[in-house]
Amino acid sequence: MSDPLLSLRAVKTDIAQYHILHGVDLDVPRGQVTMLLGRNGAGKTTTLRTIIGLWQPHSGDILLDGENIARQPPATIARKGVALVPEDMGIFANLTVEENMTLAAVAGPIDQGRLDWIFSVFPPLRTFWKNPAGNLSGGQKQMLSTARAMIEERRLYLIDEPSKGLAPAIVSTLARALRDLKLAGATILMVEQNFKLAKALGDHAAVMDDGRIIWSGAMAELASDASLQERLMGLSMEHA
Amino acid sequence: MVRFLLSGDGPRSLVLSVIVGAIFLALALAPFLFPGTRSLEVAARIAIFIVLVASYDLLLGYAGIVSFAHTVFFGLGAYGVAIATSNMGRTWGALASGTLAGTAVAVAVAFVIALFSLRVRAIFFAMITLAVASAVAVLVSQLSWLTGGEDGMNIQIPRELTPAFRLETEVFGTRITGRILNYYLVFVSCTVLFLLMLRVVNSPFGRVLQAIRENAFRAEAVGYRVVIYRTVATCLSAGIAALAGALFAIWLRYVGPDTTLSSEIMIDILLMVVIGGMGTVWGAVVGATIFVLAQNYLQNLMKSASDATSALPLVPDLLNPDRWLLWLGVLFILSVYFFPSGIVGRLRARG
Repeated sequence: MSDPLLSLRAVKTDIAQYHILHGVDLDVPRGQVTMLLGRNGAGKTTTLRTIIGLWQPHSGDILLDGENIARQPPATIARKGVALVPEDMGIFANLTVEENMTLAAVAGPIDQGRLDWIFSVFPPLRTFWKNPAGNLSGGQKQMLSTARAMIEERRLYLIDEPSKGLAPAIVSTLARALRDLKLAGATILMVEQNFKLAKALGDHAAVMDDGRIIWSGAMAELASDASLQERLMGLSMEHA
Repeated sequence: MVRFLLSGDGPRSLVLSVIVGAIFLALALAPFLFPGTRSLEVAARIAIFIVLVASYDLLLGYAGIVSFAHTVFFGLGAYGVAIATSNMGRTWGALASGTLAGTAVAVAVAFVIALFSLRVRAIFFAMITLAVASAVAVLVSQLSWLTGGEDGMNIQIPRELTPAFRLETEVFGTRITGRILNYYLVFVSCTVLFLLMLRVVNSPFGRVLQAIRENAFRAEAVGYRVVIYRTVATCLSAGIAALAGALFAIWLRYVGPDTTLSSEIMIDILLMVVIGGMGTVWGAVVGATIFVLAQNYLQNLMKSASDATSALPLVPDLLNPDRWLLWLGVLFILSVYFFPSGIVGRLRARG
């Protein structure tokens, strides 16, 4: 893992009086998909939110291509090419699909080629292009939320549990889109509870527990070692 | 052409289009349709309040900022004109420089308030604006050498805008006076300002404001500095309110704490936004018109209703014109109850 795109060094984040991250060390290699795994409450979402600046770490460094972005405002970090697909999707319900996408294209007008690609992986977005995003179904909102990140070429995609609460057909649509993104050479850091999806997409895995990374390595290694999974996450291959 | 002027954001409902069209025509032809001093007074007030209320909605409805200092900016514009004319005489130059100076000061004050307080939570921002509004009102009544104190100031405007000025021409049988010219100065300026705001809210800037109102964290994470956008919105809204204040001063030829700075006016503005519908500048048109009409004519209406029911027991007492504020209150409660998204919100949802 030489020259990672993103490196977290001893990152500690508090939310109100609670210590959530107790010193996270994590490397996200360039052009690959890193899966952030772990039990509920381990600090996965907080890690993503800390990277984009929505929570300010009280100590530690976050290096994006060697530049320390810790404690910069989220908008500044976003404009350096970091996109977050949040767990709650965070679409702007009163704005149309088109307006949501236009807002997400911060570098300039929407690139038609990229939009055509997005329409091909998420056809409902073309159908409901002029409709308020609040009228979309849950799965379509997740597509929109993911598409907002994909509308421009980002240096780093942070994706938080895209499959959560979605029907299997929609999960496979999302998986196809994310595979496309991966094949285009994107660097992705993704939180995913669905181990089957994580295994299919991930090149690397990092497992969190109690605000720390307790294991990291190749996804293949974790996927093939049931006892390791059992030990790290209480998971077993039967669930996968 | 119309679509271009309305920035592609028309009323989007047949009923609303008819209402807005009727209001526009009535205001455009007010001097000829409704001769008489009082009706022209009301028409000018409606036009100015549409702009004032729309500029407040820019803050409240589009950017989600609750401010109670809007009257301060309205007042700064009005006092700018008053102070400039009292120093420079009744010239057009004085009107222009007073308007510009008042607007510039309003934008500067808004900038300072925004910088200091947009970083704190919404409730504290509201408190800060409330404090600023009270402080300015006190200051204006204390600095009587500059502002005329509680008595306010009479404003000398160019003769061409006063009733004493008469043209030889007659239109629809009405002699054109300076008063009518003054009315058209107000009407045309207000129309331009309204279309400008419509343009702003439908620009990319307006979209970002709406995104911020809905989810400030998300907007920030997408790449928009919320503080900067909110500051610009506050300054823009203040600038337009000041321009409306300057027009109001020129129209009334008087400015005092009660006409521009009082907390009653702030409450009126809030009610007009809520009645018309938040988050759409069209709401300002409907809200301001209904409210100003009710303020001015509800008493007359009640008088005739009271007279008509004089034979009945109790009813005439309830409809006594002295109780007009009670009925105005009932009207608000009903309108908020039945139209929680305002009249425009309701009409658009149907259309």
